[in-house]
Amino acid sequence: MPPLLEVRNLRTEFSTGAGVVRAVDGISYTVDPGETVAVVGESGSGKSVGALSILRLIPSPPGRIGGGEVLFAGRDLMKLTDAEMREVRGGEIGMVFQEPMTSLNPVLSIGRQITETIEQHRGADRTAAQKRAVELLGLVGIADAPRRLKQYPHQLSGGMRQRVMIAIALACDPKLIIADEPTTALDVTIQAQILELMQRLTHQLGVALIVITHNLGIVARYAHRVNVMYAGRIVESGPAGAIYHTPHHPYTMALLKSVPRLDRPRQARLDPIDGQPPDLTRLDRGCAFRPRCRFAIDACAAAVPDLDPVGEPGQFAACFRSRELSSLEAGRAA
Amino acid sequence: MSVAAQVPTAVENNPAAPLVEVRGLRMHFPITEGIIARHKIGEVKAVDGVSLTIRRGETLGLVGESGCGKTTMGRCILRLETPTAGSILYDGIDIASLDRRSLVALRRRIQVIFQDPYSSLNPRQKVGAILSEPMKVHGIEPDPKRRAQRVRELLSVCGLNPSFADRYPHEMSGGQRQRVGIARALAVDPEFIVCDEAVSALDVSIQAQIINLLEDLREKFNLTYLFIAHDLSVVRHLCQRVAVMYLGHVVELADCDEVFDNPLHPYTRALLAAVPVPDPAVEADRAFQPLPGEVPSPINPPSGCVFHPRCPIAVAECPRAPPELRELRPGHWVACSQIS
Repeated sequence: MPPLLEVRNLRTEFSTGAGVVRAVDGISYTVDPGETVAVVGESGSGKSVGALSILRLIPSPPGRIGGGEVLFAGRDLMKLTDAEMREVRGGEIGMVFQEPMTSLNPVLSIGRQITETIEQHRGADRTAAQKRAVELLGLVGIADAPRRLKQYPHQLSGGMRQRVMIAIALACDPKLIIADEPTTALDVTIQAQILELMQRLTHQLGVALIVITHNLGIVARYAHRVNVMYAGRIVESGPAGAIYHTPHHPYTMALLKSVPRLDRPRQARLDPIDGQPPDLTRLDRGCAFRPRCRFAIDACAAAVPDLDPVGEPGQFAACFRSRELSSLEAGRAA
Repeated sequence: MSVAAQVPTAVENNPAAPLVEVRGLRMHFPITEGIIARHKIGEVKAVDGVSLTIRRGETLGLVGESGCGKTTMGRCILRLETPTAGSILYDGIDIASLDRRSLVALRRRIQVIFQDPYSSLNPRQKVGAILSEPMKVHGIEPDPKRRAQRVRELLSVCGLNPSFADRYPHEMSGGQRQRVGIARALAVDPEFIVCDEAVSALDVSIQAQIINLLEDLREKFNLTYLFIAHDLSVVRHLCQRVAVMYLGHVVELADCDEVFDNPLHPYTRALLAAVPVPDPAVEADRAFQPLPGEVPSPINPPSGCVFHPRCPIAVAECPRAPPELRELRPGHWVACSQIS
């Protein structure tokens, strides 16, 4: 079966006062139908810009998609007209953003915001759209739908607003949902409700999901495959189990070690990643993680390593030393 | 009588006595209506009867979800709010009723580190000026040369190059700014620091650096911390004791290991279960039922035990009487009538 989405060498750059920033610098990955793929990384790693680029939602200027292809269900989204792209957004690809208060329209009732999507993409009439909206609210676990549909975003709690966002994303039976930090603004018990709901619905409806997050626990629980991003590139990708249990990139290894874990005995000290996040205006031709890497060698300054297969089937890492890392790490710990 | 005499130092007091003792603290914010004649139509019960102690040299964690009152607790202990009722004994002095003059002296001993390293530093001041200001306010190092020397020392203690004194906040990364925020708190040589979500805004890799720094500083300067946070794994790593808050009440208070290895209150249990562990093998085998519903409004909190509408083990009597915080095991306090 061909992948549902194939991103090929996607590049997005921003012109800033300090020069051109390559926020996304040649990323390639695939998403299979019904699969949940996580994109993890820290602020500025390009994880959100990468997702917004798929939807062509990059503000221009200052942003610009510099190249690459995004094949979705057989079409290259980069070649569509603006009108065709509007059909894709909210139609075949649903979106859930971090802050539901700012991504919902404050002056429209939530009922109108849901029916608008259905009328726009499906050409449904008011009554049919209304009926579908009631059905959708039930699906995302909002009781008393007729009353809720008349309410405005400010009358709803953060968790409820995010449920509405999910209802809108699902309104036109999309094949793919892109969720950018969907629960970062929510409390931990509400986060659990929303994530369990998204997992249940994507599974039940066979929708593929790209979830962008910095939370390594969420990735471990909900993702089938993982892309780890650093300084605009994917540095490691593969099945979730392989990424967590046998990471082959120094950044992934260090990231997993730096978080305190509730399921392990308390450590005396945390093992942080030294140094500061990369300044994207000052990248050179070497590996961007090199200044913070414990295993950097001279070769790392000369060129950026390619994302090559290593470790388990389907696992890739962009590191010149990925094959010797596990023995190097064992030596360091001893 | 000098200001220093009104606020005795820790050395003069019994070192075994708690540094901070909060008794029956209530902080109710009024809600008003009307444009010309404003009248009160209700109140937000942000903190509603909290008692706890903070021991010298410990880190007490204060956890809970937004709106549980943890930040308001911190602000009351800093006396940035004047509590509605109750007392806050700091080293034996009731700071809930201190006048302005004595408060200034007190604030040399109590400092705060805020969450957001972007909005808590003045963008128009250089780091050197930011760190000098608290020293000027409290008359520490009046000589400019020695003050500049102390700024350099503070920066290097916090892991920054002393040359950062000449930089503006916007020239630094989030982690570096948070180090400046910590250095500013240390500038007046305090004994107690309220860390209000001090690492929450930082990226994972930087968060670990700052957590290690906070631990080093606690040892080096014999500091006591009140660590307010919502990230349970960070709290477990850093704290000796933990208080769990829900809707203005402390529902569980115990040694850190007790709270995490043997949680007794149903809310604490639900909170811990909601945190996914960064390990797909562990998560694949872990089934859990998310806590239903949402945190009710603190304007009109549920009767009796405030947790009863969401509680998996609530019985008919729970909405009737608020449960008392009882010591069920040595040092392990729980506010639930159904647990024994």
